[in-house]
Amino acid sequence: MATREIISTGNELAAIAAVDAGCLFFGGYPLTPSSEVMHEISDLLPKIGGVAIQMEDEIGGICAVIGAAMAGQRSLTATSGPGMSLKAENLGLAQMAEVPLVCINVMRGGPSTGLPTRVSQGDILQSKNPSHGDYKSITLCAGSLAECYTETVRAFNLADRFMQPVIVLLDETIGHMHGKADIPTAEDVKAGIVPRKRFDGAPEDYFPYECEHDQPAVLNPMFEGYRYHFTGLHHDRKGFPTEEIETCRKLIQRLEDKVELHKDELESYEEFMMDDADIMIIAYGSVSLAAKESIRHLRKEGIKAGLFRPITIWPSPAEKIKEHTDKIEKVLVVELNIGQYHSEIQRAAARLDIAGLFKVNGRPISPYEIVNKVKEL
Amino acid sequence: MAFNYDKYLRLEKMPTLWCWGCGDGVILKAFVRAVEKMGIPQDDICVVSGIGCSGRFSSYVDFNTVHTTHGRTIAYATGIKLACPTKYVICVAGDGDALAIGGNHTIHGCRRNIDMTMIVINNFIYGLTNSQTSPTTPKGMWTVSQKAGNIDPTFDTCKLAIAAGASFVARESMLDPKKLEKAIIKAIEHKGFSMMEVLSNCHINLGRKNKMVSAMENLAWIDSITTPKKKYDAMTPEERLNLLPTGILHQDTEADEYCDMYAEIQKVHQGARKSITQDDFAKKI
Repeated sequence: MATREIISTGNELAAIAAVDAGCLFFGGYPLTPSSEVMHEISDLLPKIGGVAIQMEDEIGGICAVIGAAMAGQRSLTATSGPGMSLKAENLGLAQMAEVPLVCINVMRGGPSTGLPTRVSQGDILQSKNPSHGDYKSITLCAGSLAECYTETVRAFNLADRFMQPVIVLLDETIGHMHGKADIPTAEDVKAGIVPRKRFDGAPEDYFPYECEHDQPAVLNPMFEGYRYHFTGLHHDRKGFPTEEIETCRKLIQRLEDKVELHKDELESYEEFMMDDADIMIIAYGSVSLAAKESIRHLRKEGIKAGLFRPITIWPSPAEKIKEHTDKIEKVLVVELNIGQYHSEIQRAAARLDIAGLFKVNGRPISPYEIVNKVKEL
Repeated sequence: MAFNYDKYLRLEKMPTLWCWGCGDGVILKAFVRAVEKMGIPQDDICVVSGIGCSGRFSSYVDFNTVHTTHGRTIAYATGIKLACPTKYVICVAGDGDALAIGGNHTIHGCRRNIDMTMIVINNFIYGLTNSQTSPTTPKGMWTVSQKAGNIDPTFDTCKLAIAAGASFVARESMLDPKKLEKAIIKAIEHKGFSMMEVLSNCHINLGRKNKMVSAMENLAWIDSITTPKKKYDAMTPEERLNLLPTGILHQDTEADEYCDMYAEIQKVHQGARKSITQDDFAKKI
């Protein structure tokens, strides 16, 4: 596949990716350190006949995006932790009504207003369940400038495949990082677009939510002759509110199973120097860059460390993790929070002796901190 | 011949969950007649509702319909309208939905003057959830959350909409469905943000402890607090004190509409015009 070289920032690459992936609508609200996504896309979208609107608040941003997605457009919003908290309820509606959209979260220090201009990975667990209730989130995490582009593209295709919001996690370091990225050409990305399924039969035969137990809803765009109903309530096959016991159970089970039973389509991770590793570092996002550097250093000293980097964070690559942790005794999770993914790794590994290196002061983890920690193991 | 509503209703959803004697059905029928008279194809309309009794409005009418989260109708509708600017987008919200939890979106929908119609069904109470105070509950009335009597000052939906920049603002009550139907037609026909407040009864939850236990008593009270704009304008401030004017209260056909203005932004980015500057606007601040 042909590539091109772009010198840009993570946030801007995400915006460029969205447009290349066919996004025609952006709704959002300024929020450090994600605002550059809006700055960039507000130039790009009107150029191609799309719309970028700065709404009155974070809630307005996600709601407008859901509205545009219901109307049939690929739609994007971008924010950071406080905005994710505000968007949570409506992300829940998008899960329930099966409305595809992409939500970029450029993570900063939390909780609350936290450290607005400092890096963090404190939203890992939030990205698993931003809203109340049962559903299965899809969360991707970019670990390089190029992945700010490629993961945003993948997010749009997954959103339309699974008919639900897909969260793309960047962090402040990667969002504001400026450098060279080798990314696919816009033509290749366009050629790879898999649009959402649509129903082409007679309107009276159309039941958007009548689908196999493990398949998403088939939602036609509005205004095209297929009139149906969107709601955040439990709903029947046409989208109308219902409290019928079996319909309610089936709906929630399907929201779970449409993702859970198709995890293989979502799984994505990188293994770096893992072939002969007897120490496994698990890191994601910008931290993985420091982890790679530390591994190069450790290898020079004869310590055989390797990196396992989840790219799809939720659902987690649990089977793959277990495969490694069954063989490798020394496992270290490095993350910019107080152990949010560490608990998932322990669960996946069914081990309680997984080591952790955590940092929550808004500063990146340096390769040497990782080197020192590995030597302690 | 009597008007046949069947074409526009989702008959399998009948009866509605609205209480016997509720005004919501009268408003729904007036809206349906307005659509029929305007000749708008059902496929070209999207009805967006929020949470509350009025939230169910969208599920009963056979258009493209969205039942959103509490208070967010305008925000959802903004995305829909900007995605499909040639289509008709109608928001239906209650007083709590539009003025309390959704107040911010109401203000900014008006300010943007985006072409949509918002029907606010004001029954002065949170009806669906059993009589809590709403931003329009009159002072001194009993509510389940203020049993000693409501002390919260009330919002005037229409004054709020005018101040916020809506280019069409009207108020009617469900007492005169013919007048209401005409007002809804004017609201939809107007290009820009149309605020259509409709006063309605909730004898069940507003009336039960406020001496209006029947629909008729509740409606008589609504009648007593409303007067046509023309009469209202001729009154002294003292006479106006506890009255709400009805009719078209404000209309500005010159105001810039948001989708039109966004098309200008697209032109700038596509090189068809240079830029948008302060000189393009008569009113700048």
